[in-house]
Amino acid sequence: MLRGTSLTCYRQDSILFENLDLALDAGEILLVEGRNGAGKSTLLRILSGLLRPTSGEVSYQQEPIDNVLDTFNQDLLYIGHKPGVEPHLSAEENIRYWEKLHQQETLSDLVPVIQSVGLYGYEDIPAAQLSAGQQRRVALARLWLTKEKRIWILDEPFTAIDVKGVALLQQRIQSHLAQGGCLVMTSHQPFNDILKIDHRIVLG
Amino acid sequence: MWKWLHPYAKPEVTYHFCAKLIPWLWLFTFGLLVVGTVWGLAFSPEDYQQGDTVRIMYIHVPAAIWSMGAYSSMAIAALIGFVWQIRLADMAISAIAPVGAGFTVIALLTGAIWGKPMWGTWWEWDARLTSELILFFQYIGIIALYHAFEDKQQGAKIVGILAIVGVINLPIIHFSVEWWQTLHQGASITKLEKPSVDTSLLWPLLLNILGFAFFFASLVCMRLRTEILSREQHRPWVKALVMEKSVDGV
Amino acid sequence: MNWWHVFFTVMKKEWLLSFRQKSDLINPLAFFLLVLTLFPIAVGPFPKLLQQIGPGVIWVAAVLATLLAAERMFKQSFHDGSLEQQALSSVPFSLTLIAKVVANWFVLLVPLILISPVTLMFFHLNFEIWFVTILTLIIGGLTIFLFSAVGAALTVSLHRGSVLMALLVIPLYIPVLIFATGAINAASLGFAYHGQLAILGAMMIVSLLAAPFAMSTAIRVGLG
Repeated sequence: MLRGTSLTCYRQDSILFENLDLALDAGEILLVEGRNGAGKSTLLRILSGLLRPTSGEVSYQQEPIDNVLDTFNQDLLYIGHKPGVEPHLSAEENIRYWEKLHQQETLSDLVPVIQSVGLYGYEDIPAAQLSAGQQRRVALARLWLTKEKRIWILDEPFTAIDVKGVALLQQRIQSHLAQGGCLVMTSHQPFNDILKIDHRIVLG
Repeated sequence: MWKWLHPYAKPEVTYHFCAKLIPWLWLFTFGLLVVGTVWGLAFSPEDYQQGDTVRIMYIHVPAAIWSMGAYSSMAIAALIGFVWQIRLADMAISAIAPVGAGFTVIALLTGAIWGKPMWGTWWEWDARLTSELILFFQYIGIIALYHAFEDKQQGAKIVGILAIVGVINLPIIHFSVEWWQTLHQGASITKLEKPSVDTSLLWPLLLNILGFAFFFASLVCMRLRTEILSREQHRPWVKALVMEKSVDGV
Repeated sequence: MNWWHVFFTVMKKEWLLSFRQKSDLINPLAFFLLVLTLFPIAVGPFPKLLQQIGPGVIWVAAVLATLLAAERMFKQSFHDGSLEQQALSSVPFSLTLIAKVVANWFVLLVPLILISPVTLMFFHLNFEIWFVTILTLIIGGLTIFLFSAVGAALTVSLHRGSVLMALLVIPLYIPVLIFATGAINAASLGFAYHGQLAILGAMMIVSLLAAPFAMSTAIRVGLG
């Protein structure tokens, strides 16, 4: 489904990676590992189309993403290092705004979504007054909004959320994979349990 | 034609190609400028109105023409870089900009020096001088923007967008300034009619215009080589080149 | 998804944000008034002189306020990551950007017009000159704001971009400034000024069509 061919990235005065190949099918997870500054986030940004690689190509369903940008963006859900949450909007307003910009259909009731990320009771507070972990969860709420997005690219999804939150998120990822989605993510935490990692890339 | 041109879009090829080109470019630059300048300064007749001051034209006019020419060539490079995603074109922008800015400064200074005996002031808000000044600010903007980026590749692309926006505005600025000038005509001191240049003055001028073109090309080629090296310093071919040179040195 | 719908959604969000951060609303306005005050102090309070320079001063003050307002337009959303979410939406990036710019333009323009009658007193302008000045600000000001927005987009990824941005965009303001003050001058001499207004209108339309692409390309490069 998602494929990267001989991806090379030079940034300023260093080589982050060279001739990296990867391929991801429906229902699979790709975990990108490596120390800080090894280029994990950069690789994720390249795969999401935010950044052009120095050379090489990212393709979606056998087509270079530049040729199918509309469908690619429609199917892509990217949550980067920065959550993309407006500090002066409340959690609910943030979620609603994102939904209107990214989804064909909008949910009539957001309460279940807000409950699943544990923000119930906080939905009217401006995001600036929420903790870093709560802001992160406002961003993660997008995962519960939709069945339209087939490719998930998540940068450190498990940081700054509690044990219960991690379990919920893992459940959501599993159902996403079961429905034929795929996932690219980075993570500091070691993976031993529930999620089966199909591909690993170690950078640096 | 693209098949033929494409290898030259590779920085490595261009680097070596420029090295071969540069001596020839300098040869033409000096040849044309020496002949043109000596002819213009020593042998062409003086103007019946302006006397010897007219001779500053042999520097002023070529510098002014190529200050605009440099901006257009920069914008063309930007457009090529933007449409075909050619790295080399982005590098050309940053190689051209300071040269163009230099020409603009020469044109402004010689314009002021020319203006003193002609208008009696160093500076006149004349349409051409004002446009040239605005052009100078545009060059400064481009150079400053490029240097503000740590990531030169990103900087070059951003500067390319600015160059395209700028070149679209260049004629608009020029015409609006001209219109503005006619509006305030009363304020300005005696204006000369559009200078009609006698052929005896024209030949050395043309030689110098051509000479400045080669001067521009030589400087840009030299700057382009340095730019290529610094931008590609981590590519294998540059590393190989450096190894080779250091072995030679030992 | 209806594009007009998205356009208004973005505009509504921008307005909401402006009303929640009142300083964004008030600061450019206060700055505008301050610049206006500086001129009589600097050149002396002579009614004739002030009358003559008044419209030009109003324009310069408005241009500087525009620069100030546009400068911070993309900064916040660049740093919190909402700009990259916007770039990854299947809605065209240039559409959501132009919606943002137009919304912010209204946030600047409407208070500016409401406060502009003070210039009638400050510079002893007559009503007609004031009216033409406001007319040129409405038509020409958007072009200025669009240029500033392109400048803001070019410098979005830089930490200290504000002075640099001014350097980039002020030369581009010049044609608009020339035709706007040209219209006011014509009006003060009792001539027709429709021609100048038409030129300002043409510039506005062209920049409305071109600016979104320049902005979206610049921001995409900045995000990379």
